[in-house]
Amino acid sequence: MRWSIRGCVMTDISATTQTGGGRSLWADAWGRLKANKAAVFSAFYLALIVVLCLAGPYFTSHDFTTIYSSYVRVPPSLSPYPKADKIEQEVQDVVRRARLELREWKQDGERILVTVWAPKPIDDRVTRYLDRSDSFEDTKVENKSDDGLTMTMSTAVKYTYFYFGTDTSGRDLLTRTLIAGRVSLAVGLLGGVVAVVIGVLYGSISGFIGGKTDEVMMRIVDILYSLPFTFFVIMLVVFFGRNFALMFLAIGAVLWLDMSRIVRGQTLSLKRQEYVHAAEALGVNNKGILFRHIIPNMLGPIIIYVTLLIPQVIILESFLSYLGLGVQEPMSSWGVQISQGSHNIQGAVYLLIFPSVFLTSTLFALNFIGDGLRDALDPKDR
Amino acid sequence: MLRYVLRRLLIAIPTLFLIVTLSFFLMHVAPGGPFDMEKGIPPEIKANIERVFHLDEPLWMQYLRYLSNLIHGDLGPSYILLNFSVAELFRVGLPVSAQIGASALILALIAGSAFGAIAALRQNHIIDYAVIATATAGSTIPSFVIAPLIQLTFGLTWHLLPIGGWGDGALINKIGPIITLSLPQLATVSRLMRGSMIEALHANHIRTAKSLGLSDFAVVVKHAMRGALLPIISYAGPAAAGLITGSIIVETIFQIPGVGRYFIDAALNRDYTLVMGTVVMIAVFTIVFNLIVDLLYAVVDPRVRYD
Repeated sequence: MRWSIRGCVMTDISATTQTGGGRSLWADAWGRLKANKAAVFSAFYLALIVVLCLAGPYFTSHDFTTIYSSYVRVPPSLSPYPKADKIEQEVQDVVRRARLELREWKQDGERILVTVWAPKPIDDRVTRYLDRSDSFEDTKVENKSDDGLTMTMSTAVKYTYFYFGTDTSGRDLLTRTLIAGRVSLAVGLLGGVVAVVIGVLYGSISGFIGGKTDEVMMRIVDILYSLPFTFFVIMLVVFFGRNFALMFLAIGAVLWLDMSRIVRGQTLSLKRQEYVHAAEALGVNNKGILFRHIIPNMLGPIIIYVTLLIPQVIILESFLSYLGLGVQEPMSSWGVQISQGSHNIQGAVYLLIFPSVFLTSTLFALNFIGDGLRDALDPKDR
Repeated sequence: MLRYVLRRLLIAIPTLFLIVTLSFFLMHVAPGGPFDMEKGIPPEIKANIERVFHLDEPLWMQYLRYLSNLIHGDLGPSYILLNFSVAELFRVGLPVSAQIGASALILALIAGSAFGAIAALRQNHIIDYAVIATATAGSTIPSFVIAPLIQLTFGLTWHLLPIGGWGDGALINKIGPIITLSLPQLATVSRLMRGSMIEALHANHIRTAKSLGLSDFAVVVKHAMRGALLPIISYAGPAAAGLITGSIIVETIFQIPGVGRYFIDAALNRDYTLVMGTVVMIAVFTIVFNLIVDLLYAVVDPRVRYD
């Protein structure tokens, strides 16, 4: 028994070495892909973006929903907020909010000493007004006059970093861009996968069964093609409401048409191959032939199409979000951010620039990877 | 030729019918109606309004009514933009969209084929790489990124173009939208042209033409380009239909009173007739432009005949 299994393995190895000359098609493709500098660089870049979006929000020390009311629409900066010249303004604001009169304030090393006066005795709890501000923390009462009308508090300046600035609601743009990236990438991947699964199943079944069934199935595709695409998407969005999960299902459900045509064409030519006839002669059932012989042999074009489909889905999602039909607040996607940014180009350009750079560079990377894969898997197409 | 055109138009009727039917029912099964206001109007008034627009009838009767109106060329009144019929809205908006769209298409076709042809003639030269890079950028950067960037640079920073608005059709107001619309098309056209031109330059008849001592100009423009134009023409058909019926993004960003915006607004407000009108308009344009493309094929390529 053992011996025979070994024999099997041996013949398998010798078979591959004979036919492939030691290199399989996939190994060849891998070699060609590695030689494509743009594709390799793009793959690394894309990996970087994915890691950044997945892990980044845990390291930015901001939550994507936290609102910093003292820092609304502050520009990107590598040095922390509050800026030295803004501290006085902030102290004055806080004291006014506490309905006190500012007598004096001075910076004493790490801490700030604030002396205030009021017509009635001051409660110690006014320190909370300072703590509640985004700029100060750890406020303590230093001393209080005997009549309780004058009080000196000391507080530490709370430094916060906003490398990308903050948005119009005062939320950290860096964290939000990364969270938005998660959404955009997830939608791209899942929408792409949905489209491919539907397209491959539909196209291969249509092509494999052939005859009348094929005719009917392909006419349905033709009809769906002739519906205006935007209309279709909008109708689906209207149907499913603004549900995030359903939305990329809807997007995927629209984009499968091309895939199904490509797959059908491939299936038509593959099912006339000798190995399919051989499988038929050996009594393999239709399902087995389809999933074991036909679909695996179309993997090349399918992979190429998926990589080129993902950027399309991301653009489509951004487009919908741009129109306000996509992801809803407080979640965000690059499309939503670009939309908000384009309303604020006067005075807050960075709101447009950062998400645009992220979106566009990701799209570039995906396209280069797609082109690289096409050259690698389908060399005759060059 | 005429028979071919007639046959094509006859085939178009069932297609159009299917599109209308599908979108009619899709639209009507979507939850909500045109008169479901947030503030809730009294039910009697709502019932009155719905009776005026025949929305109280069963769906199949509404459908038949819509079909018969459509056959008579009546697209119906808009439910949301009251006092306007859909046809009136199109009469005002379509010329605006069509102007921008047609200019963008012409720009994309001329500049795109020129760039593509130059890139093909200088294959693997620095010009070729420049064209490929521009084309990649043009087709990758979405228009909702390009449009605000144009507003920012040319409008806000250099004060060369207005940020938005139609300005009664002043040329300067059209430049931004036209560029935004044509960039992705230009990218695709130049890519297509480069590919087909490279192929055309290696064709046998070009070698013959060269060996006969024709000037480079004659070989490239008269013989190679003619063959290379075919894929561009087939691309231009659907592209033209899409461009002329207006772009939602461009019209929203640049605040242009075209028909592109109606699509979204109408679908979200369940303005059934306006949505249907837009669908019919796009479908008709698509069919007509595809027909024009097929006829142009016969003009450009003498091997194609329709008799």
